[in-house]
Amino acid sequence: MAHLLNQIFDWFAAWLGGSVANDSVAGYVVAALIYLALLLNLVAVGALVFIWLERKVSGRIQDRLGPTRVGGKFGWLQTLADGIKLLTKEDLIPGDADKLLFRIAPYVGFCASLSAFIAIPFAGRDFPFVAQHLNVAVFFVLAVMGLEVFAVILAGYASASKWSLFGAMREAAQVVSYEVPMGLCVVVPVMLAGSMDLVHIGDKQQGWFTNWYLFHDPFTFIVFWVYFTCGTASVNRAPFDLAEAESELVAGFHTEYSGLRWSFFFMAEYGSMLAVSLLAAILFLGGWNGPIPVASLLGLTWHNGPLVGYLGNFLGMLNVLAKAFLLVTVMMWVRWTLPRLRIDQVMTTCLKYCTPIAAAMFVGAALWHMTLPDRVFAGLLQSPAANRLLAEPLPGDSIQLDLQTVEAATIARGGRP
Amino acid sequence: MNWTSCLFLLCSLMAGGFAVAVVLSSNIVRMAFYLVLSLAATAGLFFLAGADFVGAMQLMIYVGGTLVLLVFGVMLTAQSQFVQMRTSSGELLTALILGGALLVVLVSTAINVPAWQPTSNPAVDSATPVITATPIGMALEGYRVDQLTQPDTALRRGMSGYLFPFIIVSVHLLVVLIGAAYLARAKRPVVERMR
Repeated sequence: MAHLLNQIFDWFAAWLGGSVANDSVAGYVVAALIYLALLLNLVAVGALVFIWLERKVSGRIQDRLGPTRVGGKFGWLQTLADGIKLLTKEDLIPGDADKLLFRIAPYVGFCASLSAFIAIPFAGRDFPFVAQHLNVAVFFVLAVMGLEVFAVILAGYASASKWSLFGAMREAAQVVSYEVPMGLCVVVPVMLAGSMDLVHIGDKQQGWFTNWYLFHDPFTFIVFWVYFTCGTASVNRAPFDLAEAESELVAGFHTEYSGLRWSFFFMAEYGSMLAVSLLAAILFLGGWNGPIPVASLLGLTWHNGPLVGYLGNFLGMLNVLAKAFLLVTVMMWVRWTLPRLRIDQVMTTCLKYCTPIAAAMFVGAALWHMTLPDRVFAGLLQSPAANRLLAEPLPGDSIQLDLQTVEAATIARGGRP
Repeated sequence: MNWTSCLFLLCSLMAGGFAVAVVLSSNIVRMAFYLVLSLAATAGLFFLAGADFVGAMQLMIYVGGTLVLLVFGVMLTAQSQFVQMRTSSGELLTALILGGALLVVLVSTAINVPAWQPTSNPAVDSATPVITATPIGMALEGYRVDQLTQPDTALRRGMSGYLFPFIIVSVHLLVVLIGAAYLARAKRPVVERMR
């Protein structure tokens, strides 16, 4: 994208008698700003929609209507009205607080939540919709989302309030523990696809829903639910919302926050919910490859020209967003259905259930993948030839991974290929 | 100035500046926060160098793991509200001498090693992903992809992989974990018997 922009700048500069180099800083800065604006819009507008949806869903579950008046039908402008109210609220900082850390904590959380979207692709194949195509995208997303806990700890510590400190300590214990089973669950699709590249993992599941890793074998089916539980816990949603347990700790780590700073915490929370759900959709639910491959059935592929391929990718983006929104809605459904767990129950769920189940399922999935390679849909169907032949993309200027030479070297050693 | 130099200067200034702030600050949690920013900027330098795996590792282990545990430990053990650390002038002098000596060694090494001299190689094309994780994973299993054309057959045949050191390190870590669990276990039954 940066090169394309630089070429466009060069074209304009040629009119004025100048020229722009292909790796000029201007193209990179503008490209970065475009990506940032798109992702910021997704997270911020997503938060607006999710907060409204949360009110409607909770209202329906509790046999109420939820917001009905603001903006005409369905109260769809309710969040915007709340936002304006938050903007005009007085900005309070407790007298005893560590002012610098208190001010900075909400931004740390929001940055961590937004940074995760840098490596998350929204469509794949020949022209992936992704801000930065990373080879270790899964790992990067997990690493960056782990930073969000730091904002909560800083907020809890800097507030100089007992409620905040208790909330932050619970959060730290919870998130650090839940990173273990979550990492174990994420390893399973990575193993099946043979890559940590999210674009590659999504493309490996192309075709009908039978190719999804959710249905790959019974072990991955269970792993998905363990991942979803750990994901819910890692973004502090009920029933794991001990950090802000409002009936015990007033509001937990954000007790002392008000106005815009408080709303940054909420944007971060909804942003990470979306990130966790997007990751689940790409890893297990085929990503941009729908239950029915509409784009490829209609011929919207890159073989039929760039514009058509772009349209197909756009359909794929809508598809992955729809799946992520569905998963976020399930998180809301869970929140308003289950009561909050105690801290010991949270730890028991993590250490005695999620971690062993994830580890056993990992071994099971590995054995299944060894005994029934190239089979999908619980081993009932043969994997399509296109998916089997799909290998990790190799750029020309990096190390050439010649698998045949590696195998020949192994055979020469007397080992099994 | 091209974009890589701009980003390199930005990241290295952040890493260096916040490292100095860690030393000058007296509040432990603020120190930890500055350390987070410094280490995150170092991760940025790794990403800039094309070492995505090491950069993500840096974020995961140091920023997301070690420092969270550090702040957590401070919060659990703190007696007063905001822990202040006072350093005596003797400690300051020792630290200055040690740090200065290390700096001299590192800077002289960085200047003298010929392989680390600046090159005129073009920057990595950002449009293509750099394959980093797959060769690392295969090297851990014993296949050094970069050693396939090695003239020494013993090195080429996969003897130069990292499987053995990897296993040693992981067993070592397991021992440490078991030891920590042993030290931290509840000692209530023993106390009751003594009474």
